[in-house]
Amino acid sequence: MNASFAMGYLTFLLQGALWTVGLSVIALLWGGASALVVALCRISPLRSLRVATALYIQLVQGTPVLVIIFLIYFGLPSLGWSVSPLLAASLSLSIYVSAYLGESWRASIQSVPRAQWETAECLALSRLQRMSKVILPQAVRIATPPTVGFMVQIIKNTSLASIVGFIELVRAGQIINNTIFQPFLIYLLIAILYFGMCYPLSILSRRLEIRGSDKAYA
Amino acid sequence: MPDVRANPDAEPIVSLKEVHKRFGDNHVLRGVSLDVGRGEVVAIIGKSGSGKSTALRCMDYLETIDSGAITVCGHRVDQHDVDLKALRLDIGIVFQSYNLFPHLTVEENIMLAPRSVKKMPKSEARQLAHRMLGQVGLLEKASQYPEQLSGGQQQRAAIARSLAMEPKVMLFDEVTSALDPQLTGEVLRVIEDLAAKGMTMIMVTHEMNFARRVASTIVFMNDGKIWEQGDASILNNPQTEALQDFLRNEL
Repeated sequence: MNASFAMGYLTFLLQGALWTVGLSVIALLWGGASALVVALCRISPLRSLRVATALYIQLVQGTPVLVIIFLIYFGLPSLGWSVSPLLAASLSLSIYVSAYLGESWRASIQSVPRAQWETAECLALSRLQRMSKVILPQAVRIATPPTVGFMVQIIKNTSLASIVGFIELVRAGQIINNTIFQPFLIYLLIAILYFGMCYPLSILSRRLEIRGSDKAYA
Repeated sequence: MPDVRANPDAEPIVSLKEVHKRFGDNHVLRGVSLDVGRGEVVAIIGKSGSGKSTALRCMDYLETIDSGAITVCGHRVDQHDVDLKALRLDIGIVFQSYNLFPHLTVEENIMLAPRSVKKMPKSEARQLAHRMLGQVGLLEKASQYPEQLSGGQQQRAAIARSLAMEPKVMLFDEVTSALDPQLTGEVLRVIEDLAAKGMTMIMVTHEMNFARRVASTIVFMNDGKIWEQGDASILNNPQTEALQDFLRNEL
């Protein structure tokens, strides 16, 4: 294997890594937006809305992400909707993220002391104002470390997209391995690349957590 | 304390009639009736668990009552369709635990409600905040965060935040109970200032000397009822054994 040949494989692998990052960002943005809706529905004064979102969370958390991907990639076309691998992967990961982050953010919102809500109420702020100006800004601070930590899970789970043929890091590695048959070398390289993406996030999450507890409110 | 009421015979600004409140099996208020006139300063005293804080919270619809009637500034607080926004615009309340918003500076804490609720322009709200902070002696803390302030300063800021909405009645729920003794004085002075300006106030307090000095009416609650009510002289000449016991334990 000459050097330029090897460089070509490495470039292909790095392109795959870039798609892993891209897919993670899509899942975080779509999933995060849905998670906010899920979290707010979970604490809604409407019982039916609370129950419905709780059911959604249980359903998603009780289903492997892989099965959700299959449902969307193979299931939807059988109903007449064609779905690209990228769309299937983005959609299923966003669903997964919305349920997990939604539940985590609900807990963050509810850990803001009740008295803050009551005080804002006594200042004649509307429900929406209390939530957006008093509760959510405080909840964001509480939610940031676990959310950054959860991004590690998102990055690792994007590897499932390889199964429907989306060329992210793992799929790129499989393709290369099919030509050069060096599985140990290739998957070791892939593992290192994943670690390189996830480890900084873990460190950041820990740092944020420590800083948060130092500045804990009295 | 001279009677500062503009017109003591006028319609009471706060009125409770035969108010009952239960928390499950716990019958907290057992028929409380109280009239408070404009400019009156009422101190509610009594043991913990006597229902005094609950009575105060009922006036601001933070608790709903089981039976009886409450009217505050013309709002029927006992009714489920009470206009809460209008009620809360007329009442200011300050809590034992200050409850400043930790993510906002002191002046932002004060500006939030005037800006959000009254749609006051930012510059005007800031001027208002500074005026209020001047009144409670905290102008130099305007741009600091609550966690940088002492308990007494936080409580004064919380009072300033309430006053910025220009309430007609102020409720104080044991506002000095969480403070070290050396910090209570600065908070009580602010309240005393307000009393001198004619603000109608109802306060639940453990500060007997303060109540004696500032209150125009002292209300002694026990077991969910008002047992004695009158000016400061009721503390010198308690009629019931419960008040005698209470005063003995307080001293």
